[in-house]
Amino acid sequence: MSSPVVKLVAQRIALGVLLLLAVSVLIFAGTQILPGDVAQAILGQSATQESLANLREQLGLNQPAYIRYFHWLGGVLTGDLGTAMSSGQDIATSIKERLWNTLFLAFWAAIVAIPLAITLGLIAVRYRNGWVDKLISGVALASTSFPEFFIGYLLVFYFAVQHQWFPAISTVYEGMSFGERLQAIVLPAAALTLVVLAHMMRMTRAAILNVMQSAYVETAELKGLSAFAVIRKHAFPNAIAPIINVVMLNLAYLVVGVVVVEVIFVYPGMGQYLVDHVTKRDVPVVQAVGLIFAAVYISLNIIADIAAIVANPRLRHPK
Amino acid sequence: MLDIKRIPIAALIGIVLTTLFVLAAVLAPWIAPHGNAEIVSDVPWEPMSSVHWLGTDNLGRDLLSRMIYGARITLFIAVLATALSFSLGAILGFSAAVFGGWFDTILSRLVDLLMSIPTLIMGLVVLSVLPSNLVTLILVMGILDSTRVYRLSRAVAVDINVMDYVEAAKLRGEGKAWIIFREILPNALSPLVSELGLRFIYAVLFLSTLSFLGLGVQPPDSDWGGMVKENKDGIVFGIPAALIPAAAIAALAISVNLVADWVLNRTTSLKGGRG
Amino acid sequence: MAGTKANSGKLLDIRNLRIEATVYPPGEAPRTITLVHDVSLTLEKGKVLGLIGESGAGKSTIGLSSMGYGRGGVRITGGEVILNGRDILKGGKEGLRRLRGREVCYVAQSAAAAFNPAHRLMDQVVEASLLHGTATRAEAEKRAIALFKKLSLPNPETIGQRFPHQVSGGQLQRVMTAMALCSEPDLIVFDEPTTALDVTTQIDVLSAIKDAIRDTHVAALYITHDLAVVAQVSDEIMVLRHGRLVEWGGTRQIIKEPRQEYTSALVSVHEIDHQEQQPGTAPMLSVKNVTAAYGGGHIKVLKNVSVDIFPGQTLAVVGESGSGKSTLARAITGLLPPEQGSVVFDGRTLANRLADRPKEDLRQLQMIYQMADVAMNPRQTVGTIIGRPLEFYFGMKGRERDKRVAELLDEIEMGKGFIDRYPAELSGGQKQRVCIARSLAAKPKLIICDEVTSALDPLVAHGILKLLLNLQQIEKVAYLFITHDLATVKSIADSIAVMYRGEVVRYGAKSKVLTPPFDAYTDLLLSSVPEMEIGWLEKAIKGRRMESAGN
Repeated sequence: MSSPVVKLVAQRIALGVLLLLAVSVLIFAGTQILPGDVAQAILGQSATQESLANLREQLGLNQPAYIRYFHWLGGVLTGDLGTAMSSGQDIATSIKERLWNTLFLAFWAAIVAIPLAITLGLIAVRYRNGWVDKLISGVALASTSFPEFFIGYLLVFYFAVQHQWFPAISTVYEGMSFGERLQAIVLPAAALTLVVLAHMMRMTRAAILNVMQSAYVETAELKGLSAFAVIRKHAFPNAIAPIINVVMLNLAYLVVGVVVVEVIFVYPGMGQYLVDHVTKRDVPVVQAVGLIFAAVYISLNIIADIAAIVANPRLRHPK
Repeated sequence: MLDIKRIPIAALIGIVLTTLFVLAAVLAPWIAPHGNAEIVSDVPWEPMSSVHWLGTDNLGRDLLSRMIYGARITLFIAVLATALSFSLGAILGFSAAVFGGWFDTILSRLVDLLMSIPTLIMGLVVLSVLPSNLVTLILVMGILDSTRVYRLSRAVAVDINVMDYVEAAKLRGEGKAWIIFREILPNALSPLVSELGLRFIYAVLFLSTLSFLGLGVQPPDSDWGGMVKENKDGIVFGIPAALIPAAAIAALAISVNLVADWVLNRTTSLKGGRG
Repeated sequence: MAGTKANSGKLLDIRNLRIEATVYPPGEAPRTITLVHDVSLTLEKGKVLGLIGESGAGKSTIGLSSMGYGRGGVRITGGEVILNGRDILKGGKEGLRRLRGREVCYVAQSAAAAFNPAHRLMDQVVEASLLHGTATRAEAEKRAIALFKKLSLPNPETIGQRFPHQVSGGQLQRVMTAMALCSEPDLIVFDEPTTALDVTTQIDVLSAIKDAIRDTHVAALYITHDLAVVAQVSDEIMVLRHGRLVEWGGTRQIIKEPRQEYTSALVSVHEIDHQEQQPGTAPMLSVKNVTAAYGGGHIKVLKNVSVDIFPGQTLAVVGESGSGKSTLARAITGLLPPEQGSVVFDGRTLANRLADRPKEDLRQLQMIYQMADVAMNPRQTVGTIIGRPLEFYFGMKGRERDKRVAELLDEIEMGKGFIDRYPAELSGGQKQRVCIARSLAAKPKLIICDEVTSALDPLVAHGILKLLLNLQQIEKVAYLFITHDLATVKSIADSIAVMYRGEVVRYGAKSKVLTPPFDAYTDLLLSSVPEMEIGWLEKAIKGRRMESAGN
């Protein structure tokens, strides 16, 4: 690894940290934009003066916003996410198990979706403009128009209700064996896979086609290489970076999909937790969970950029 | 001029379906067999019958009527949110490209920041403190989505702004207004028109998702996403009522997609093309 | 070598070749067009055949057909391609693969794009030899290094260890030639191998290619649009137009005694009779000690440049890419305000910044661009494009404006029928004519022409130059003519400024600048311009004093 790569990667990471900091400001500010009194809005018109004062105290509303922000940020950095208003529980403790559940679900969805999407993308390129390509592209176009819950409930209706192959509700609890867990998440993982598959497939196809149309691929063909060798030796090394980029961007998209899918399958993860507490207007929880989602999303984007930097031969072998 | 025989079949399907949805939305009070909140049955989830074509919902309301009124609410909010995101994003994007300088820098960094958080997550964060009403919903949807329109229109305008014909106009001494409206805008139109379709689809999907999560349109009114939420408990009993509004959302999104694709192809093949 | 049949000396025999492609115009039904109409040719072992023609002549398509390859949906639909005694079109995919990279190799126009950025040069150079089993890796690398030496590449032992982006364009073009020669093929297809290079680099690459062809006894199809270039390397020349054969003969016959009208037009394309005018007493525009830079003053692209332009005359600014000649135009127009120095027009100093100049100053200075298709708004009609300056500067409206637009269309030798057309409906030459009319509409005293003929085919460019000279007579307008092409300069200039790395290295009346003694750079530049003369290349290389920038 030579210096420009290291420098660029370091720059990208530093930029990411800076962005994360800015995002924390934005999320904090986003919960302060309410015109009027937050405590009133949370408790409603019928609240007593006493309970309002209590809540203000509890939220630290008597202090200026920037002090509250730094207080909050300091807590986040030391692992203290505060306590939930609705239940009084420590947020970090409640999140731990759920974060693990969400990552478990997203991981298995990614494990299925990534190779499947790349394979389908390759097939579409290999038979481009043929009926296979058109079919794959058509299905992909349609499924990007499907809301997540349509896919989710179709799966439930068919596989859980009509055929009862898998549970409709993905209950997981402590002490469950690995196999049981896996069986519980088959449907939500399938739904998530379908949500990202189409995007990932279309973008992979475009990335590979872009490489296949370059002059050096023609050079390779004119050397007499077989179609397979052209792809393996000449197209693939140049397509890796864009494909990693595509994969990472879609994993970031998966972070959003997981919120809805968890609600559909009543899966005890971060998404479900966030939605519950938005409904309850539990601001500390929303801030904490929102920040975690944003952090994951930003990290995936950074990895995508770094992959592109590292895979670029111009940067790896400078003049 | 426009010749129906030359419209591809996919676009034709898209146009017909989109028109049907729009008609249902506009004429809802006249064509719906029952009122939106009118309870017509003692039992929930009556199956489809000649009386209730789509059956009844979780509270025994006529599902077809709910669907028709749902179309009205869904389209109304999505159209307004799209209009907001489009006018905001396009105006700011064009201005940033033409004026440049600190105006462009500040706006672009702000948009970068907003786009570094998934739209749904940011939406949930602000909706956790804002009052639940239609105005809030439209504002949140419109503003969050305008970031994408901003990026596109800025990029398109920057590309056109460096073309030799724009430079020629500047050398001639033309003012900013001529450059924006006569040189840039006519050439930016076709990418923006197709984006309009896409943005509308995202608005529909975003609204449905919010309502499905219980954070969008509040009962007793319901958009289609909200109707999925109302009827989702029936699914485990084998009652497909929730799938009908969900399918309607998908159908609307696909048909707008088909129309947008066709419009894009048509505008680029207009006389003069794009270069 | 594969398939050395008892077929006299004939290597390639193409008979009645017909090539078609399907085009998909937006909004219309797809249709099939014919790119090559029944063209036949033969090539003997070790000989070089030049294929020449304008864009759309089908020369690359024919060249690639010798490898059975159709680019982007192009199909060979008729005829035979007999290579080493067998019809390769009947050999199937497998047969084609065995001949590509072994019997026939290809050298592309842009080596920079044709090399894979992810692999070292050596791996790509020896790939075909290893694939076809004509050599072991060690043998192939040894041969490659010998070829690098023969093509006079710097550091022949180690250059193969580099990646494509680490090597200059002229060198890459030679490495690509080495790659083609490495598997010792019978035939190489050279597809405009020097077109993308600067003129002083072109001559090095050209002579390297010529030596390599001679020493290895390989046969070649040499494709180019430049007759002077092809005359240096070919034994025979085939002239093509619109996918049909125009004329085929020995190199000397084609350039000395062309039999077809089209061929003679191509041969005499640079000959415009232009009487040099003597500089007047008072210059109309003076560039005085101008220094300009990009990137906030960090990258100096113009250093202390001074030139004068006299009324009704032409100053040609010549230089290669990076010489700062286009920047000079930007400094004069105010698009890039100079850091030091000034531009004096008609006795008064022009404001540095475009925004500070009054409308009248803007009117007097007009500009014509290299790429006519991006210099016109695709959504405006020819009438609007030409009419706008009339409206803007003179307040002309309606009938009066339309009348003047029609007059201008006449002046550029296009009819009134074009007034409602859009740029996309015009040919390359017509587009450039409309741009000329647009600048004339302002009735300027000076028009800056930035490489206005470089994107055009030679005959069309010739027409544009003649038109510009005629218009100069009629309108008494002065030109600042920016170009990299010395042949153009000779036909149009009254005075010449030669630029090199941001400085004017030679400046004066045309006759003076083009008469020895020369400074080193002007000598290099002048001696690098291909002349339609057999044996010119050898003479030019022998007489050079300075190494070109490409080395």
